[in-house]
Parts: sequence; structure tokens; C-alpha cells
Amino acid sequence: MLNNTDMATRLHILAVGREPAILEVVKRLINAHEGWAATTALTDAGALDAFQREHCPIVLVGAGVTEKEENALRGQLLAIDPHVTVIRHYGGGSGLLENEIYEILKTEQYG
Amino acid sequence: MDNIIHKAATRGHADHGWLESYQTFSFAGYYNPERIRFGALRVLNDDRVEGGKGFGSHPHDNMEIISIPLEGSLVHEDNMGNKKVVGPGEVQVMSTGKGIFHSEYNNSLHHPVKFLQIWVFPNRLNVTPRYDQITRDPKKEHNQLQPIVSPAPADAGTWIYQDAWFSIGHFDKDRGVDYTLQKAGNGIYLFVIKGSFRLEEQLLSTRDGLGIADRKDIHLTAVEEGSELLVMDIPMHVKQY
Repeated sequence: MLNNTDMATRLHILAVGREPAILEVVKRLINAHEGWAATTALTDAGALDAFQREHCPIVLVGAGVTEKEENALRGQLLAIDPHVTVIRHYGGGSGLLENEIYEILKTEQYG
Repeated sequence: MDNIIHKAATRGHADHGWLESYQTFSFAGYYNPERIRFGALRVLNDDRVEGGKGFGSHPHDNMEIISIPLEGSLVHEDNMGNKKVVGPGEVQVMSTGKGIFHSEYNNSLHHPVKFLQIWVFPNRLNVTPRYDQITRDPKKEHNQLQPIVSPAPADAGTWIYQDAWFSIGHFDKDRGVDYTLQKAGNGIYLFVIKGSFRLEEQLLSTRDGLGIADRKDIHLTAVEEGSELLVMDIPMHVKQY
């Protein structure tokens, strides 16, 4: 569990998915990385709430979210913050997770 | 010819004691922006797991995962109720779709298991997860490529949710190997499991990989007796969901 100081200094990543058990694993893996902190949402409404509450420059969309839902969510998130990066997370908290985030960080600078 | 060569010695390497993995493409702690994927082919891990060890239960989603045991065998268990042993001469496929939890343990307490773990992006999201396992026929793979994975359930081998075809064969010294692309827009990724092959001026040795994105037909020659080759016919353009 991250304390408030950790949460304030880490890069916030919002993970959205429909499978609670998978989302928990994704959250644990993100939080295990020094410098990253995960917020999760099982619904798109929950994702929008979390996104408005916290500054999450990166949003990962995972299992169970349809292409249509992903596109709608992306549009709503971009309307709130045009700089947000929304990507599809493949693999379910697997060996691809870090790589996907590194690929974003390669081109984007987040302070 | 526009080729991407991945020599065995340039792969990522992770040694966790119980697991030693050589990674052709970026995976877990190995990140090389120049080695992310070849079209829809995202992961090609060459894994060795010690006796009595394995991967505990963990999730996957939206990925086609093909495992090819080379030595020893794995015990697979998943939350769909499958408990299987998969060994040399067999191929395991998981379409992880909307989500699956599985474990893979070495079936031996004393001897390592070696296998290839290959991940391909799916051509549709959130499918109902499925598990499949096939037994190969080594006689049919002698001096010819035998299909082991395709997009069509009715075709030879097993199938995945992607327009990808995998073939495998083992060859006598100096035998030629011809391969013709299955679908326009695909590329060919060659992986030498054992021995060596020559493609024009390019020598491919054990565990070397070669991606060819601009050729419809290729002709290789086995350089060593018993050389074994995996050919992956892979879509080069993956839909970004």
C-alpha cells in the first residue's frame, strides 16, 4: 500500500478493465515499480471520476473493454485533458506492462 | 531484401535462478525500443525452467499464446478447469481473450524444461478464452515444413485468432526449404530452433531470428544435419484498437 507521500511523487497511471482480479494484478505490478502509482476503475464512469480527481497522464485500457467503449472513453478523457495518453494494455498485467509504459515515456515527458 | 536479423547472442536475457529466459523482443525487464515486435508477433521467449519450479497462477488477456516444448514437459492448469501435460512434439495454444488465469510448472522435479513462448496480438478483442493442445508428427516434419498453427480450425495443427501461420520442420544437411507466404501483407519470421540454415548470403545459427517483410517466397538450405526451423507467417499491420 502506497502512503500519501509516495502517491504525490509518483507518475499516476489509470488502469481500466472489467475483470477485477486482473485489474488487481495490474495495479500491484504498477505500484511495485518505483516512480509509478496505479489507480483502477472497473467502469468507464468510475474511470472518468478517478481521472477528474487525480492527474493521470497515462490511461491503460484492458480486459473486457470493447473497442467502442475504449474509443468513447478516450474521447471523454481527451476532452478533459488533451495531453492524456490512452493505450490498449495487452496481456493482463504480464511481461508487456512495463514495456507499454516505457514506450509512452520514450516520447512523452511527465513532470 | 529488407530483413531484420536478431542474432541469438543479442537477445534480452533474464536469469532468475529457477527461470532463465532469452527474449528476442522486449519483455518484462528487457526493454529495447528497437525490438518491440515484428508485425503481430510480440513475444518470442526461449525459456528454461528448473525442475520442481514454474510460473504460479497469473492472468493474461487479449493475447494469443503459443508454447512449444523443446525438452521436458510442462504441467498446465487454468481457471477453465484444464489440467494438461504438454511435452516435446506437442504445441499448446491459449487464446486469452477476456481473461484467463493459468500456471505452468515443470513436470519434473529434477530435470529442466525448455520451451518457446510465443505471443501474437489477436485480431479481435475479448473473445471467450480457449485452450488447445496438439501432438505433432515428427515423420511429417522431416525434410518439409508442417503447419502447426493457422487461423482456421479446420486446417492442420491448432488455430489462433489471427491471420498467422506457423510451420515447423527438421532437415537433413544440404536439404532445401521452400516457403511461400500465406497472405498478402504478411511477413515471414524465421527462428532456428537447432542447427543452422542459409538464406542467400545470410547464415542463421541456432536461436537466430530473421524477419522478412518484403518477400513472397523464400528458399533456405539446411547447413547442418538435423537442423530445425520454425517459420511464422505474421500480419505486418496490426489494428490498433
